[in-house]
Amino acid sequence: MFLERQRNNGNNGNNGNNGNNGNNGTKTLILLPVFAFLLPLAGSFLLPAARPFDETPYRTLVGFGVLYAAGGCVLSFFSERVRAAVLFRSCFLAAAGIALFVWDILSTRTGVFPLPFFPGPVQIAEVAWFDRAELWRSTLYSLRLFSYGFVSGTILGVGTGILIGWYGEWRYWLSPVMRLCGIIPAVAWIPFGMAVFPSSFITGVFIIAICSWFPVALATANGFASIRRSHFEAARILGASDGFALRHVAIPAAVPSIFTGISAATGLSFCTLVVSEMVGAEAGLGWYINWAKGWSVYSKVYAAIIVMAVLFSAILALIGFVRGRLLVWHEGR
Amino acid sequence: MDRGKTETASPADALPVVVEVKNVTREFRDGRGNGVAALDNVSLSVRQGEFVSLIGPSGCGKTSLLRLIAGLDAPQAGEILADGEPVTGTSYERGYVFQQANLFPWETVEENIAFGLKARGVYTEHRADVAEYLVMAGLKGFERAYPHQISGGMAQRAALVRSLINRPRVLLLDEPMGALDSFTRMDLQEKLLELWQSFGTTMILVTHDIDEAVYLSGRVVIMTPRPGRISEIIGIGSPFPRNRGSAVFVELRNRVLKKFHLAGAEPPAEYAI
Repeated sequence: MFLERQRNNGNNGNNGNNGNNGNNGTKTLILLPVFAFLLPLAGSFLLPAARPFDETPYRTLVGFGVLYAAGGCVLSFFSERVRAAVLFRSCFLAAAGIALFVWDILSTRTGVFPLPFFPGPVQIAEVAWFDRAELWRSTLYSLRLFSYGFVSGTILGVGTGILIGWYGEWRYWLSPVMRLCGIIPAVAWIPFGMAVFPSSFITGVFIIAICSWFPVALATANGFASIRRSHFEAARILGASDGFALRHVAIPAAVPSIFTGISAATGLSFCTLVVSEMVGAEAGLGWYINWAKGWSVYSKVYAAIIVMAVLFSAILALIGFVRGRLLVWHEGR
Repeated sequence: MDRGKTETASPADALPVVVEVKNVTREFRDGRGNGVAALDNVSLSVRQGEFVSLIGPSGCGKTSLLRLIAGLDAPQAGEILADGEPVTGTSYERGYVFQQANLFPWETVEENIAFGLKARGVYTEHRADVAEYLVMAGLKGFERAYPHQISGGMAQRAALVRSLINRPRVLLLDEPMGALDSFTRMDLQEKLLELWQSFGTTMILVTHDIDEAVYLSGRVVIMTPRPGRISEIIGIGSPFPRNRGSAVFVELRNRVLKKFHLAGAEPPAEYAI
């Protein structure tokens, strides 16, 4: 209900013919995140720290927050669509700014949160900047492991799903194997992988491929099974061979299901990625967390967690973008 | 040969028979495993360029008959000949328009219409046809629209030309107007007549609408259920364009309605005055 009201506010702004009251409300709301991010910035400059830190990385980061919020305000002058989007997010962004400020007060400024387990944002930003080379390397390692494993697992999954969904003989032999192997948590294969494969990297790829393979294969096979028979009848009558019907009817019709499988696989493979890196890898974000924990540098642990959040969101956004492109026809269903 | 008598000699009697249904029986198993005859010893022949309607209450086997002619199902007894050859499976030469337009939702209107050409591997030679058939269906400007973005009438027109682009010998229409509102339906009936007259394609239309059958066809085949049989075949001699309000039309319509009653079949409620 609250969000709905925000949307309505946005629409009022769009109409442009509202009374002054509505416009003033809109202006305040759109500027709110800017002030909310100026708050922690002011805190960093004005309030003394309980312990001395290099506050520059934190200030830079918060400064970017201010610029982001201000950029939204500026852009919303030019496009009504952008303004609606900015208005919709403004309350959340403002809350994020305030939360950052409160966190900073409770940790770095007053020391209410005990160290070393609960460092403040200043400390995390400082450590992340100081250790940026290692963090960057770990991020790239994780990304590489994820791409190899996830892409090969997805391709294998779509392939298995097509075989099971389209060919009766393959379904007979492969479907029970898929169902049996698929429900085993992928991390259970780690000892097997380490015994069979020459390196921990290949083991990781194998584990992630397995854990993304199953949901994709299952969803693809289910997608094939739920295609309306009349589509195949129409294709046959229009002169389609079996192969043509597979390529032009069955596979496109199964794409929405395939993406349902891919979404499920993404979450699972993030989890598997981190676990597999914690167990045997020499690099990567999961390894970094484990390593930092060993030194009791919890600020590094949090820094790696934040990097993960950003990285995984970016991957999800990319998959969502591809999905939107491929499924234009599926809109409004 | 036919169970019913053919009343009016069609002027097309000299033309070759396109579809020949010979003593066809088709059974379904009901829930208890008993055989239920959807079609019982049905025979019918349709000549080139004819417009024949199959009409009857639900369960009379009219759609079953159409699916058999298409080659989507096989009969338990009897045989079906298309151009003298036994029907063993589907063929693009026997087009089929479904009750729901049944367009492929992942393809644009244009791609749907071109589907048959691509499936048969003749798209490169006939690429220009696609634009022509789009115009014929009154869908110019909707080339790139997806099926969920167009109305039911437009979708059904697209389905019609999607079948016609293969230049079938016979077009089988399974209540294509059944799901449309009455204005859209009349509009599509005109379009169908127009296409029939310009292509000369043989048409077999399944319908439950007596007006539609009388308005469009040269022969109306009345079927009765349990078991599905042909009870009468009525020739509609009056020339095109027909006037739905004319005395001749009303008289023909009443004759069909009367045959319906004599055949012991309940006509659809809307005609039971």
